[in-house]
Amino acid sequence: MNAAPAPSSADWKLPSPRKLGIISLIVAESALFTIFVVAYLFYINKSLSGPLPKDVLEFPLLSSLALFSSSATIFIAEKFLRVGKRAGFLLWWGLTIALGLYFLYCTGREWSHLIVEKDLTICTNVFGTTFYSLVGLHAFHVIVGVLLLAGIWISSLHNALLTGHVEHVESISYYWHFVDCIWIIVLTVVYVLSVQATP
Amino acid sequence: MANDTIFNANDQRPELEPVGYETGSLTGVFQELVFTVDHKKLGLMYIGSALLFFVVAGLLASLMRIQLAIPGNTFLPPDVFNQSFTMHGTTMVFLVGMPMAFGFANYLVPLMIGARDMAFPRLNAFGFWVFFFSGFLLYFSYIGAPGLYAAGSAPDVGWFAYSPLTSSAFSRGHSTDYWTLSLMLGGIGSVATAINILVTVFCLRCPGMTLGKLPVFVWCMLVMAFLVILAVPCLSACQIMITLDRYLGAKFFDTQAGGDAVLWQHFFWIFGHPEVYILIMPAFAITSEIIPVFSRKPIFGYPVMVAAVISIAFISLGVWAHHMFCVGMVSLANAFFVTSTLLVAIPTGIKIFNWLATMHGGKLRFELPLIFCIAFLFQFLIAGLTGVMLAVAPFDWQLSDSYFVVAHFHYILIGGLLFTIFAGIYYWYPKALGKMPHFKLGLYHFAFFTIGFHLTFLPQHFLGFLGMPRRIYTYQAERGWDEWNLISTIGVAFQAVGIVFFVANLIYSFRRGKKAGDDPWDAWSLEWTTTSPPPEYNFATLPVVKSRRPLWDAKHPDDPDWKHE
Repeated sequence: MNAAPAPSSADWKLPSPRKLGIISLIVAESALFTIFVVAYLFYINKSLSGPLPKDVLEFPLLSSLALFSSSATIFIAEKFLRVGKRAGFLLWWGLTIALGLYFLYCTGREWSHLIVEKDLTICTNVFGTTFYSLVGLHAFHVIVGVLLLAGIWISSLHNALLTGHVEHVESISYYWHFVDCIWIIVLTVVYVLSVQATP
Repeated sequence: MANDTIFNANDQRPELEPVGYETGSLTGVFQELVFTVDHKKLGLMYIGSALLFFVVAGLLASLMRIQLAIPGNTFLPPDVFNQSFTMHGTTMVFLVGMPMAFGFANYLVPLMIGARDMAFPRLNAFGFWVFFFSGFLLYFSYIGAPGLYAAGSAPDVGWFAYSPLTSSAFSRGHSTDYWTLSLMLGGIGSVATAINILVTVFCLRCPGMTLGKLPVFVWCMLVMAFLVILAVPCLSACQIMITLDRYLGAKFFDTQAGGDAVLWQHFFWIFGHPEVYILIMPAFAITSEIIPVFSRKPIFGYPVMVAAVISIAFISLGVWAHHMFCVGMVSLANAFFVTSTLLVAIPTGIKIFNWLATMHGGKLRFELPLIFCIAFLFQFLIAGLTGVMLAVAPFDWQLSDSYFVVAHFHYILIGGLLFTIFAGIYYWYPKALGKMPHFKLGLYHFAFFTIGFHLTFLPQHFLGFLGMPRRIYTYQAERGWDEWNLISTIGVAFQAVGIVFFVANLIYSFRRGKKAGDDPWDAWSLEWTTTSPPPEYNFATLPVVKSRRPLWDAKHPDDPDWKHE
């Protein structure tokens, strides 16, 4: 390090606080999920009584497709936001919310099926415990995400979305992508690994 | 609504009416405390409430030492003893150690990096109040959680709450729920504050303050925030699992349904060991500021110091099972965790040698901060050496859960952390309150507290060797434990006198202390360029930094640091 000239504040660039904040939050949430995923993996085949994953779980193809495509729709919505096209933004952002809601609807249907017909509750066995806690933790994050998305959608509907809010929207979309990524892991661990691992 | 743009033309918000404080009156002060989002006030509030909880937890410890002073004592009943050590441990870790770190970080990080506040001031206030009420929630258990024994049932499962003690079968009533919910709440506050610190350091540095020019204090706090973000959510996950087990009948730790009690230990210590480093980071931070200033030399090996802190943080994520050698892991796991734990000694040793090298050849000024820091060096060395001993699995099999372990971590948390907290409070007291701390009172504080500390905890090493287990509420005579226990309890009285001198000093200096001026210690970092106490906006014009010691550059324009760095 040599005698550098004093930098003026014009060329002094620092990362955006809001983005770094949401990334830190995502790191923290990842740590939280890690523990629940590890618990699920650890308890595969440790249940002393049924039902077991392969008896009751069906691969949630449609709802997963919905959630994954919502990452694309939110990306398109953001593009409309940047060029200032409100109608397009409202449409694609609304579609993202709809896909999120559809995912939640599917989860609800799956859970009621499991609870009512398959007799699997959180206190049935360790599979039930880890399944409902992991999938439920993810579903909880989807709910929070949908609420945040809805907040943005409603403010845009009332024309209250300002130029200064682009970063707010971006950080919420970061969070939504994170919720999607977590679902890839949950899907792999719960609906593929544990189903195949059951004898 | 008609046009096709989502953006309004005028990006303006209505001006808010300022909230009227009744300055001076009690309600005015109260209002100011509740409404403030100023990082300096919140920092002092963190430190103040941490000191309050410190006194409470210290009193609990004194009760336990009185009970253990003589064999067969009946001062505390066994259930109250269990509650006391649980509340003592939980309070010291979550309501004293972490808030103290957050307090120092809150007050000093923006000042040291030349910023006007934290990145998210309201989140900052949120973090403080969540922590504060999590403390209330924990202590409310004394009246709000009457279990089978009616009134007075605080949590009694120990601060790491091993399963199955927390299951609803073994922990009746609601005391464990208060523990769980309080820690969950506190965890939310901690993560919020940690995110705030991290973002502040990365995004709010003044022009020229590159990462390579950050004070070591800021580096340590940055690493601490990083560890909080990674570790504390693991604790929250643990608390969620306990709550599910207790309220919905989940089977996470229910061995009768195939659950695994040892899994709790893994999950807890994945949080718990980084937590230890979260607690010791402020000690590194404060020492790295004080030793250079009072040795009149720049810190020795700045890049190595920073690298050491970062590597300690990374290693600390992979050492958790050294708390669990006794549960019977496979040999490979034992070997891994012994090795990783011994690795910690390398960067820690580097730090100690660099502090010594900073002092070597320096012109030492034996003011209160340096005196406490020198004691820290000795005591932290002892703690590190007993840590290396405990890291070796066969040694740990002998001494795990004995008083040797108690002595080891009290040498870290009191001899290491608390001594530097005292040093830090004396060092920045003039900055925060504008008055100099009283030297003689501080010296009495140091003398009584140091003597008391060693009297209390040095004999506990021997008690551990003699086989005294931790957490027993009494013991039989003639096991060779009597004298050491008595000495240990006498030490507590000395520590208490020391604390009285400390509190007296804080109050006396605030009322009668000499005016401090902006820079009483002739220091070099940015916080000393503002007035004491600093104005709400910290800096009238944002400073521009060219070296690691910006204030040195300002004082010595003929020989600035940036010519040599």
